Amino acid sequence: MPLTAVNDFVIRFANVNGSGSASANEMFARAIMRMGIPMSPRNVFPSNIQGLPTWYEVRVTEAGHLGARGGTDIMVAMNPQTYNADVAAVEPDGYLIYDSTRAMPPGKPRTDIHLIGIPLTAICNKEYSDPRQRQLFKNIICIGALAALLDMDITELEKLVGEQYRTKEKLIQPNIHALHLGHAYAKANFKCPIGLRLQRSDKVGDRILIEGNAAAALGAVYGGATVCAWYPITPSSSVAENFTKFCGKHRHDPATGEARYAIVQAEDEIASIGMVVGAAWNGARAFTATSGPGISLMQELFGFAYFAEIPSVIIDVQRAGPSTGMPTRTQQCDLINCAYASHGDTKHILLLPEDAAEAFEFTAGAFDYADRLQTPVFVLLDLDIGMNHRLCRPLQWDDARRYDRGKVMTAADLEAGKDFGRYTDVDGDAIPFRTYPGTHPTKGGYFTRGTSHDARARYSEEGVDYVEGMQRLLRKHDTAKGILPRPLRRDADKPTRFGVIYYGSTAPAMHEAAEILTARGHTLDLMRVRAFPFHQDVASFVSDHDFVFVVEQNRDAQLRSLIVNELDIDPVRLVPILHYDGTSITARFISGAISDRLDALKVTPLRKAMS
Amino acid sequence: MTYLAKPKFHHPSLPKNALGYTRRDYEAATSTLCAGCGHDSISAAIIEAAFEMAIEPHRVAKISGIGCSSKTPTYFLGASHGFNSVHGRMPSVLTGANLANRDLIYLGISGDGDSASIGFGQFAHALRRGVNMTYIVENNGVYGLTKGQFSATADRGSKSKKGVVNTDNAIDLVAMALQLGATFVARSFSGDKRQLVPIIKAALAHRGAAFIDVISPCIAFNNHPGSTKSLDYVRAHNEAVNALDIMIGREAITVDYEPGEVVEVTQHDGSVLTLRKLNEDYDASDRVAAMNFLQQEAAKGRIVTGLLYVDGDADDLHRHFNTVATPLNQLNEPELCPGSKALDKINAGLR
Repeated sequence: MPLTAVNDFVIRFANVNGSGSASANEMFARAIMRMGIPMSPRNVFPSNIQGLPTWYEVRVTEAGHLGARGGTDIMVAMNPQTYNADVAAVEPDGYLIYDSTRAMPPGKPRTDIHLIGIPLTAICNKEYSDPRQRQLFKNIICIGALAALLDMDITELEKLVGEQYRTKEKLIQPNIHALHLGHAYAKANFKCPIGLRLQRSDKVGDRILIEGNAAAALGAVYGGATVCAWYPITPSSSVAENFTKFCGKHRHDPATGEARYAIVQAEDEIASIGMVVGAAWNGARAFTATSGPGISLMQELFGFAYFAEIPSVIIDVQRAGPSTGMPTRTQQCDLINCAYASHGDTKHILLLPEDAAEAFEFTAGAFDYADRLQTPVFVLLDLDIGMNHRLCRPLQWDDARRYDRGKVMTAADLEAGKDFGRYTDVDGDAIPFRTYPGTHPTKGGYFTRGTSHDARARYSEEGVDYVEGMQRLLRKHDTAKGILPRPLRRDADKPTRFGVIYYGSTAPAMHEAAEILTARGHTLDLMRVRAFPFHQDVASFVSDHDFVFVVEQNRDAQLRSLIVNELDIDPVRLVPILHYDGTSITARFISGAISDRLDALKVTPLRKAMS
Repeated sequence: MTYLAKPKFHHPSLPKNALGYTRRDYEAATSTLCAGCGHDSISAAIIEAAFEMAIEPHRVAKISGIGCSSKTPTYFLGASHGFNSVHGRMPSVLTGANLANRDLIYLGISGDGDSASIGFGQFAHALRRGVNMTYIVENNGVYGLTKGQFSATADRGSKSKKGVVNTDNAIDLVAMALQLGATFVARSFSGDKRQLVPIIKAALAHRGAAFIDVISPCIAFNNHPGSTKSLDYVRAHNEAVNALDIMIGREAITVDYEPGEVVEVTQHDGSVLTLRKLNEDYDASDRVAAMNFLQQEAAKGRIVTGLLYVDGDADDLHRHFNTVATPLNQLNEPELCPGSKALDKINAGLR
């Protein structure tokens, strides 16, 4: 029996990168969204520009599960190089769609899947003479055929073609023609629809489809960032590129055309963070975007900014390490390197958004936190959030919101006789006042340095001054706990001894896994951690449970280490659930791993066993 | 290296500048460098230049890296904000600061270790971007704070205090600055205040990347026979190509020179640089010729000093970026935040 399902399957396109497949595939995904059906697309791509295999996966999910599912129900195998492996990856009773013009590479034929051969190359060669057209339209013809096979509303595809080529009108008709070529061929030669199909729904609501990096860049625009210094690195480059694009649109003086921002592509990551620190010291909101290797390079200036108390925002789009690692694969592997970045005793603020909507909110907020706390703030995205389009709630901005520029002493304050000591804790929250350079002719000047200093910013190697400063920095982190986004707790309907802590891009897979586990009779309370240092609620959550699973995407259980270290918790009670092969974490993996551990932990109480 | 605190009193007869400030208003904490250090002479020249130009001290941001040279911002312009950053990274910190507020005067202080070794990349990139700044390298060819290791500007064949001969080729920061497109390039000698003060003034008035290499002998670790950065050696090999006078604003030029002896360069802020030629062949407006001349003289073992190159019409990074006149650090929500309506539109485009 072929697989049958409505609005619930995974389709995967196996392509060669640089072949123009990306925009056709994206159009396919968007058409599903336009039909009101939730879906979650993912790019799987190599660290390369042209010629290597890429995959584009769309999970169609009426139930709204936006995490990766794992497995492939329909494989559109367009890459001879990976053909055999792609065929092998199809779920039993699944479908294989291939170009039947020529014989595919020899391999073990599968008898447990359904083959749909479409002579795409032959159709193209008959219709087009230009080789580039043949290549590009082949992708569109394929989408047209899929529309017939899956019962997709082809008018949605036609509309998308119209939107995509709004400015190049003469491309619209040829593309629509190509869609219909494929559609007609499939209708004429196969029973349409196949077992897996689409049906118009209303589950998308007002949600938007956006990449996390673009959302973070918008957050920086809305959060008032004026200086961006960066160095290209996958998977973070599109943060700076999107910031450039959005600033071009929204940040020019309408009268003069002049720019209300400055973006420098620096010579390296060290210069990037140097510029951020310099700009922030001088009162501008500044950020950089980077990935793991950049975080390693920036360490010295992170320590400087921590010790000299300079607000700075770092967007780290994490990828698999160590070293160059897997530059185009996702992980959550920079937590410890960011939390304790730089030599000496340091601790930094981390924000852990779960999706694009939070990437927007947390990035905008990061500038407030940095200014308020006068310290570096790290926004930790990862490739899964950053470089994939994802459905999320619409981005929102309250026009009444004002930027929190923190404690800045003005010329008027100084003139009025307010006492200024750059590192003096006047309010008991461990946050001192600062002045911007050039504020007042005779008052408020001070020297910023990475060497030890006293409460009035004077150079001092006195142990007392040093310890006082370091203790105040600790107290400042306590202040931070009350300001940062709180962890979100979701308790099960009935009491349970087991909890789960998770964060970031694990969220959608974790929510789906929780449903699976509930269905299997396992009850779990959930807590999604959203910031470091940890709010008191994290400690309470752990103490409320005998065992807490900590689900994350790295080898060394980094969040678990931070919890153990910062909250003095017995490590035995924190059970690591780790996924770190570079692919997106799935509900199947999480639910499987937690089920196994629960079975192992399921010790029948003594009294019950005796009775 | 004096332990006597400077008295705060001002003698009423102390000369005042156009702002009513005395030289004392441009001083700062007492230097902790070695007695006789060339760097202290440079600090004194900076104080003199700022005083004579009647710069408001608090409108200067002084930024440095790490090393003896980078300690000196503590010793001049005490009312200015200072930033003693990390080793070799002054140029990036200064670039960022400059982007945040284009209205301040940016004075970068660095040394030969800071700029020619660990910070060589940042030195280069800040100059090629045209950051509006005065970038001074206090160049003694040696690591002073770590006690006498060669730096990358030490000449090949020169001898360290311990008798080691340097076999590495030297980096000539002036030659680099010319190649990288700095629009004001000068070299001077800490022992020649008459030459150095006008050069600093002209650099402060310059719009664009101004670079000054100041040979500044390290009396503790690099002032011995066999060193090519010792006081005696630099005095003996100094080849000044011109003498500079700078007129700020629209003052009349009062110095009389024979025709043909003098070249005038008007900078963007209206300051007029009057260059009296000491070497007839030298043309400070010709970048390529300057590079050639420097190489030829260096081959003869001469240290060329003076204002080596200047482009009075230079642009800076802000002009490249076409940034607004208001400093970026003074913009607020109305100028920066596109607001909820724009966001609704963006959302609508993402469905």
